[in-house]
Amino acid sequence: MSTKARVGSLSQIGTITRYNFLNYFRARRFYVMLGIILLISLLLTVLVGYYRPVSFLGIPGEPVSLAVLGFYGAGWGGFISLVVIISAAFFGGDAISGEFQNRTGYFLVPNPIRRSAIYVGKWIAALAASTIIVLIFAAIILANGLYYFPGNVPWQFEQSVAFAWVYLVAALSLTFAFSSLFKSSAISILMSVILLLIVFGVIDTVSSVVVGIEPWYSITYGAGIVTNILSPVFPPHMQTQSFGSVLGGANRTNARFEVTTFNATVPEGLEILVIYFIVMALLGLWLFERKEFTS
Amino acid sequence: MEAVQLTKNFGSFAAVSGLNLKVQGTKCVGFLGPNGAGKTTTMKMFTGLITATGGAALINGVDVTKDKKAALASCSTLIETPEIYSALTPREALSMLCEIRGVPKAERRKRIDESLGLVKMTEWEDKRVGSFSKGMKQRVNVASTLLSDPEVIILDEPSTGLDPRGMAEVRSIVMSLKDRLIFMSSHLLAEVTEVCQEVAMIDHGKLLVYDTIENVTAKFAGGGGAVEVGFTRAVDEGLVSRVSQLSGVQTVTRTNERHIVVRFDPNLTARDKLFEGIAGLKAGAVSFEQSSGLEDAYLSLIKETL
Ligand SMILES: Nc1ncnc2c1ncn2[C@@H]1O[C@H](COP(=O)(O)OP(=O)(O)OP(=O)(O)O)[C@@H](O)[C@H]1O
Ligand SMILES: [Mg+2]
Repeated sequence: MSTKARVGSLSQIGTITRYNFLNYFRARRFYVMLGIILLISLLLTVLVGYYRPVSFLGIPGEPVSLAVLGFYGAGWGGFISLVVIISAAFFGGDAISGEFQNRTGYFLVPNPIRRSAIYVGKWIAALAASTIIVLIFAAIILANGLYYFPGNVPWQFEQSVAFAWVYLVAALSLTFAFSSLFKSSAISILMSVILLLIVFGVIDTVSSVVVGIEPWYSITYGAGIVTNILSPVFPPHMQTQSFGSVLGGANRTNARFEVTTFNATVPEGLEILVIYFIVMALLGLWLFERKEFTS
Repeated sequence: MEAVQLTKNFGSFAAVSGLNLKVQGTKCVGFLGPNGAGKTTTMKMFTGLITATGGAALINGVDVTKDKKAALASCSTLIETPEIYSALTPREALSMLCEIRGVPKAERRKRIDESLGLVKMTEWEDKRVGSFSKGMKQRVNVASTLLSDPEVIILDEPSTGLDPRGMAEVRSIVMSLKDRLIFMSSHLLAEVTEVCQEVAMIDHGKLLVYDTIENVTAKFAGGGGAVEVGFTRAVDEGLVSRVSQLSGVQTVTRTNERHIVVRFDPNLTARDKLFEGIAGLKAGAVSFEQSSGLEDAYLSLIKETL
């Protein structure tokens, strides 16, 4: 009987990554995602070219350095969160649940391979596919930017792209964890989108505005650095604004209305995103290791 | 392969309870039992698809729960009806498995060609699996178990969804796999009789018997012989009672409208006398067929389904 060389886990991760990437690359979903960002880019290009809005191209007389930041802030900053969230949900939201629902796990799992190698391999494939999407979007914005402001790319844009990628890493980790939690692909994708697009936003607002606590535990709060870096002046970490005035005499001082807003600093934002990545990766892997193929 | 007090509970329901079974050597073992007996559940525990509630599943002495990678190192499996990533072709899907299982690079192409040839899927090797029919996918699944020259092969109803020729092909593939241990569940007793040397039967998650097919047949098939007789018209009570009165006949059971199974005395040497007797009834007998011993044993061991 032939004795075969045992295959190392690293090499198996590479195998899983390559074939999953091939599968992604040929699937309709990748092209839908590509279509979405091309549509956003096309709209931006046409609308900005036609209407020449000041929010993108600056107020006449304004220094170019401010105008160019405004362009990247509106064009890139305005849409990149959406692109990251949809990519993470599209490529990660059903990565694991699909193995159960589509029964592809029955082909893959009963082999001499650790479940963790399958998980990591699939994660890298999803990261590669969604990184391509984010980079294509960045390239189109950059091309537009260079057209209006030749030779002028602010360092803030470069950092913002890097931060967006860190956000993508964290978000994919979170959507993978969700895909390990649910057995239905549709539910895990939907939950990922709702959570990242709505729930975390609500949490951020409630936490800072209503309760006055910094939402340091929220991934979207940490991801604020992606857009904040494009502000002419990085927003202050904590800011309390007062509205209204003292009404009805000296005893009614409480009628004054205060709103506190928080903004993660760059190191804090990166820290939050990295912690999300680690915690969610471990949680998702733990869930997948325990999940049973029953149907 | 060894199950030691292997147990799986789904909530309070015991799908497999305290199963002890050790199969070894190079042979084919049929795994039989009615629907819901726990066959698939047992095989899933052996392949790491589910985790045992208690006991252990060992392959080559390695506990699958503790180290699946080592336990399955020389084992290939086909559990229920797996699906393949729909955008891949059979060739790509099988290459992926070759890499995972450590088939040397130089041998991969040959192995894939051979496996796909055996299941007659060569023509489709570069088409995407997504468009395949159920049976075509199952053929690729069967091919996937042949890639790495494994010592142990676990097959859960491998001919599910295959056409009659496909079933025959799977049978001859399994028979051609020499020098290894094959553990195969099936409801096709003719298939099991043809390809397996031993059978294990379970019901309600418990092992009923594990022995060679000859021994099981001798012990549980009532000892005597049985023939299935077909008639041109519906069999009525009168005919059943007239056949029962022929000499040497023990029991007569109607299996469907036009067929009866006649069990007869193990000492009855001259079967032709019995056939003459039945023919003599002029009731329109058209066929006499040896009833399968394994089927008799199965029916007497497993009284009722579910
Ligand atoms: N996820 C689950 N939850 C609850 N019960 C389950 C689950 N999976 C299987 N069962 C039960 O376990 C029992 C054994 O099922 P199993 O699939 O092992 O049967 P089987 O012998 O393979 O049957 P078949 O011949 O129909 O394939 C069945 O009664 C089934 O209802
Ligand atoms: Mg079954």
